[in-house]
Amino acid sequence: MLNGVFEWEKPLVELEKKIEELRRFTKEEGIDFSAEIATLESRAENLRHDIYSRLTPWQKVMIARHPRRPTCLDYIELIFDDFFELHGDRTIRDDPAMVGGIALLEGRPVTVIGPQKGKDTKDNIARNFGLPHPEGYRKALRLMRQAEKFHRPIISLIDVVGAYPGIEAEQRGQGVIIAENIRQMSFLKVPIICVITGEGGSGGALAIGVGDRILMLENAWYSVCSPEMCAQILWKDTKKAVEAAQSLCLTAQDLLAWKIIDEIIPEPPGGAHRDHEAMAMTLKEALLRHLQELEARPADELVAKRLDRYRQIGVVW
Amino acid sequence: MLIVFWGKQKYVTIKPQETSSGPVADGLWTRCPSCSSLLYTKELTKNLNVCNRCSYHFRMGAWDRVKHLLDSESFQEMDRDLEGGNPLGFSGYEEKLANSREKTGLTEACLTGEGRLSGYQLVFGAIDFGFIGGTMGTVVGEKVCRAFEYALAKRLPVVMVSAGGGGARMHEGILSLMQMAKTSQAVERHSQAGLLYICVLTDPTMGGIYASFASLADVILAEPRALIGFAGPRVVEETIRQKLPSGFQRAEFALNNGMVDAIIERKELRKVLTRLLLYHDGGGRQSC
Repeated sequence: MLNGVFEWEKPLVELEKKIEELRRFTKEEGIDFSAEIATLESRAENLRHDIYSRLTPWQKVMIARHPRRPTCLDYIELIFDDFFELHGDRTIRDDPAMVGGIALLEGRPVTVIGPQKGKDTKDNIARNFGLPHPEGYRKALRLMRQAEKFHRPIISLIDVVGAYPGIEAEQRGQGVIIAENIRQMSFLKVPIICVITGEGGSGGALAIGVGDRILMLENAWYSVCSPEMCAQILWKDTKKAVEAAQSLCLTAQDLLAWKIIDEIIPEPPGGAHRDHEAMAMTLKEALLRHLQELEARPADELVAKRLDRYRQIGVVW
Repeated sequence: MLIVFWGKQKYVTIKPQETSSGPVADGLWTRCPSCSSLLYTKELTKNLNVCNRCSYHFRMGAWDRVKHLLDSESFQEMDRDLEGGNPLGFSGYEEKLANSREKTGLTEACLTGEGRLSGYQLVFGAIDFGFIGGTMGTVVGEKVCRAFEYALAKRLPVVMVSAGGGGARMHEGILSLMQMAKTSQAVERHSQAGLLYICVLTDPTMGGIYASFASLADVILAEPRALIGFAGPRVVEETIRQKLPSGFQRAEFALNNGMVDAIIERKELRKVLTRLLLYHDGGGRQSC
């Protein structure tokens, strides 16, 4: 990848640049290139369809990890009218790899949580590359319990390759807190909408991923672990990640077929990083639609349906 | 205080605690991987697979757990016929399943059933490391779930002996991950009815099994030196690029960090479970 452009989309990006130049030329010089522009536009459209409708699982993984892909805080800023961030797990510290707070969605208060990746190297170091420690998950749980107390729906925006594998994380019970989050989320008496916006890796994603609606962006991935880790564990070779991505069936299209997710949220052509605003508006529309459906239901019915949903996964007997 | 060293190498090989899942079956003698003593295999088996010199705990199969912990002839296996396929079409998975079935005599990595422990009626489950590392796919998830649902319906306590080396099973992808949610929910529904659940963490209990039903027991016991944690030690070492402190993720580490209630030697386990069942008046309830 060079300057945020993947190898496979180079011809398209070059064509788009050419169109842009002609447009500028038209404007600045007053010469009419509309016929040429139209021809190139239609060629670009075909190329776009050609390239983006045939993405391999590994290409999708690359798109999901694009450095300019919108992060949790980007979505919060673009989708919600207002956001007040709440910090800390009340036990050890505030984990910058997990953010959360109260936001207004078209005027209605909701609780939003999600792992936060950095924008650049410095930010990424501060955010621990978006890999939460146990205290991050504990903060998320605290905010979700608070949401239940005040009858606020929960929106979980998930983009995490996994829970942080470190000495302190193990000391503070990474496994225990993930289990605790899964257990408690399953029984919360408020609507929960989870969106896999980028990466959904392992228990680190599921710990904030139990809900009434699971939505997934078109190029996001979600699986038992990252392709690299799968390749490492099964074949002791991280270079086989491409093969692992294929084998794991981790794309949104696979997961919809398995009924693990409810809906695929389409991304702008080429991926969410190419148009943050358009992506956020599509997601906002979906959130409002699902929330309206869920809020019409009594809390007990919500929980019963949620449990039933998970109970059915993997039952083929 | 933990002493850590900055390693210069990117990858460091960790010496596994042992090379096979149990004492070498074909030999008269077994070498203890901890103290290197040569042990008479028959004696070792009689001693519950514990080295009589250094009390190193070898791994134990699921059926051996039943024999060790439950009253003789009391165990009735449940859901033995539950067999899964290869939902993702993962290459080589069918062969792996077939080999594991032949090697362990089990249909899947988890053995569940109803039995008695010192006269107390209960639901018992054990994970067998010999079956694809004791990992959880859809069948293990379903069996654990059904065990808790059966216990809830019959108002019985549950005792689980876990040993899920790799946690959630790779070969079933997202379906394995979802078993973490499914089993956690079954545990919670059993718990909400006021019923007792005791989990014994044995070597190794990691990943998705540790981060779901194994962590959610009322009382969590561990065998000495059992590897317990979320991320595997190799993954941790490669991430932080440091040598891991000695004893990292062992049962004693988990106890010091507040993750388990007590470390119990294998020869004491039955007695301790009996005491705990007694304190809870059997752990079940006569009426609701």
